[in-house]
Amino acid sequence: MTGRQLITDTQNTWCPGCGNFSIEHTLKNILSAMEQDGKSLDDVVLVTGIGCHAKIADYLNINTFYALHGRTIPAATGIKLANPGLTVICCSGDGDSYAEGLDHLIFAAKRNVDITVIIHNNRVYGLTTGQYTPTSPLGFRGKSTPLGTVEYPFNPLELMLACGATYIARGYTKKMDLLRSLVLDGIAHKGFAFIDVLQICATFFPLADYYTPRVYELKDHDRTSFDAACTKVREWDYNNDSPIALGTFYEKNLPAFDTRMAVRAMNEHDRSHAMQELLLSRT
Amino acid sequence: MHEVSVLVGGKAGDGINSAGAMVAQLLNHRGYYTYLYFDYPSLIRGGHNFAVIRGAEKPVACCKKSVDFILALNQETLEQHKKAFRPDTAVIFNKDLVKGTGQGVPVHEILTAEHAPEIMGNSALIGGFAKTAGIGWETVEAVFKAHIPKGTDLNLRVARRAYDQLSTVQPVARRESPALPLLTGNEAIGLGMINGGLDVYLSYPMTPSSSLLHFLAEQKEKFGIMVVHPENEIAVILMGLGAAYAGKRAAVGTSGGGFCLMTEGLSLAGMAELPIVLLVSQRTGPSTGLPTFTGQTDLQFVLHAGQGEYPRLIIAPGNAEEALYWSAVAMNIAWKFQIPAFILADKTVSEGTYSVELSRVPEVRRQEPGMWDGSQPYRRYADTPSGISPLAFPGMKDAVVKVDSYAHDEAGITTEDADLVERMTKKRLRKWEGLKAEMNQYPQVRLYGKQDAPVALFCWGSTQGVCTETADQLGLRVVCPVILSPFPAEQLKKALAGVEHLIAVEENATGQLATLARLHGIEIHDKILWFDGRPFMPEDLLEKVAAVLS
Repeated sequence: MTGRQLITDTQNTWCPGCGNFSIEHTLKNILSAMEQDGKSLDDVVLVTGIGCHAKIADYLNINTFYALHGRTIPAATGIKLANPGLTVICCSGDGDSYAEGLDHLIFAAKRNVDITVIIHNNRVYGLTTGQYTPTSPLGFRGKSTPLGTVEYPFNPLELMLACGATYIARGYTKKMDLLRSLVLDGIAHKGFAFIDVLQICATFFPLADYYTPRVYELKDHDRTSFDAACTKVREWDYNNDSPIALGTFYEKNLPAFDTRMAVRAMNEHDRSHAMQELLLSRT
Repeated sequence: MHEVSVLVGGKAGDGINSAGAMVAQLLNHRGYYTYLYFDYPSLIRGGHNFAVIRGAEKPVACCKKSVDFILALNQETLEQHKKAFRPDTAVIFNKDLVKGTGQGVPVHEILTAEHAPEIMGNSALIGGFAKTAGIGWETVEAVFKAHIPKGTDLNLRVARRAYDQLSTVQPVARRESPALPLLTGNEAIGLGMINGGLDVYLSYPMTPSSSLLHFLAEQKEKFGIMVVHPENEIAVILMGLGAAYAGKRAAVGTSGGGFCLMTEGLSLAGMAELPIVLLVSQRTGPSTGLPTFTGQTDLQFVLHAGQGEYPRLIIAPGNAEEALYWSAVAMNIAWKFQIPAFILADKTVSEGTYSVELSRVPEVRRQEPGMWDGSQPYRRYADTPSGISPLAFPGMKDAVVKVDSYAHDEAGITTEDADLVERMTKKRLRKWEGLKAEMNQYPQVRLYGKQDAPVALFCWGSTQGVCTETADQLGLRVVCPVILSPFPAEQLKKALAGVEHLIAVEENATGQLATLARLHGIEIHDKILWFDGRPFMPEDLLEKVAAVLS
């Protein structure tokens, strides 16, 4: 379908000032550019979990799989395995992929599944009205932790590096140009692309005034160096007040899971012949 | 009925299952229908394993307590199976390890003479068994050539030495029937799925479903299927649903504990109307239970698993032939109605080996589901009279394919609108009616035994074999629903016509089929329940039925 309207008529229910608008806008622009470059949007699939982020499935007029909380990535893996010709993008939340579905994130990185995972990391549960997530800072006061959390956040970029992710980046919803180039890079990357996006939750964790003065774009950084990536991802640990680097920390080319798993298609006649052969061998 | 039973015992790691399989093939080539039951503890090495192989003139699906032959690879075999002995039981044992009466095979001496590795010791015992049973050498040769592709000649020389040293004490009459393919229930399920168009099989290992994962992984190139072993059962079913969304026929396999993890995905399949076939092979529960033993305790769980209300198909095959047939049907029905379809098996069916007579298995081919014709903009959940919406897959020109776990409209966009929610719920549930009508075209209920007897045994799944044998002896009827959801009330009532005394026979402690049947107005007069993890044996069932009837 060409020249399609990319935004559905569905009423948008994100809060005013929500960072999800920036991500939606970024994806819409990318889709529109893809179409102008002659790529059919029929071959693009967006998979989401459950949470504020996931409403994007209703808002974008493309193929979507609005999955379960935490289960964005296995659904996307199944889609990519079934049809490697599809461009599969996952929009997932920090509660979604860092808490409920962390195992799947780790394994997708380990397997190098050729999907692009965009984490809408607002560091708070929005849709369930304000509880801490795995990346909320120590002492975060949420509805389930009114006296403040007593656990440190984990650093998802460091985790992804340890798990073998072949593309690791961080964006920020108030740096739209950079976000666009990171998502484009992630889609172009043949393998597992992980983009942690610092997303503003206007209602429960409005961190723009915290992030904006601290963020900077990576320059003169060797993205092919694992050691350099290790050092850089550890600069800010999601808890201290260090400068926050944005950009691509690491990229490596490795064969993708769906390529390695590909099987030779077989017609019914050949299958039936194989069946006869097998049954004979059991006689 | 002329028949023969053989027990092969040894410690875990002795290759009891493969030795049993060779004995089964010898009986198969002797013209007998065979059944093999493999009993093993949940460990890798050291525990006691045994296989019981039964050959008969009629199809068999259970083992007897007493046997005609015992092949003892260790002393424990003779000690643990005293009840299996009759005065005329022929014993063949490894002379190096076992003190017994019968015919000892000098395994070490034979291996040394042939410069053969220790692993070939079982071939000596099998050669010894063949001679004891009066099975001609040409049969031994044929079976070894077909089933031991590596080192065939050396294995045969080892077997021959034992064959020449022992004498025939318990001849097994030759029958003029051709050898049949021997398949485990799980292999038959896999082949059935392939006949039904399987593209991708996903599973996380869990006994007794794992052997299907192993079998399909081994055969994947031969049949052009993808086999995936993901990180857990949640990923298994979600990947399967992702593949189904993209147009590939997926099946998953697990047992009770793994199925617990799949239930959120199952409910997603119900809401998103994504077809998926699930093998749930029961073992003794609750929880970890007895991992390598059998049970029929998950019928009510599978019937009700997953939040919300949506149609599902549940098939409980009772042997490999049924598994082969119904697994292909399950695949087609799942896709026709865009629903989850279960193969509800148990350890007995999954890991038992059966003779499969292909002439008794109706051929099923992959049937294509109703597809979108492109004339109107695509709506994934188009409301139709049947409740079945035409399918399209991502990548198809001009189709925007939106599936959604939330309540949604016809286009697959989330809604909380009261009227729409009600209409879409009705749309999904309308598929029940079509499914019931469709399944009514199939033989959903099997009748065995004396088909007009006023006393009937009422069973499901793997107990069908033992019930039939018992019924044949006592002149009773056996009524066995193969389809458990949608409940085949109509066919069952016909099958039960004239029954005055209905006895439910189940391998669980509460009578789960009985509970289900009562909901449909079928009166159960007695229940015979067995729940020690071991399959019913005909001797035990006979005693229990006689007690109920007296």
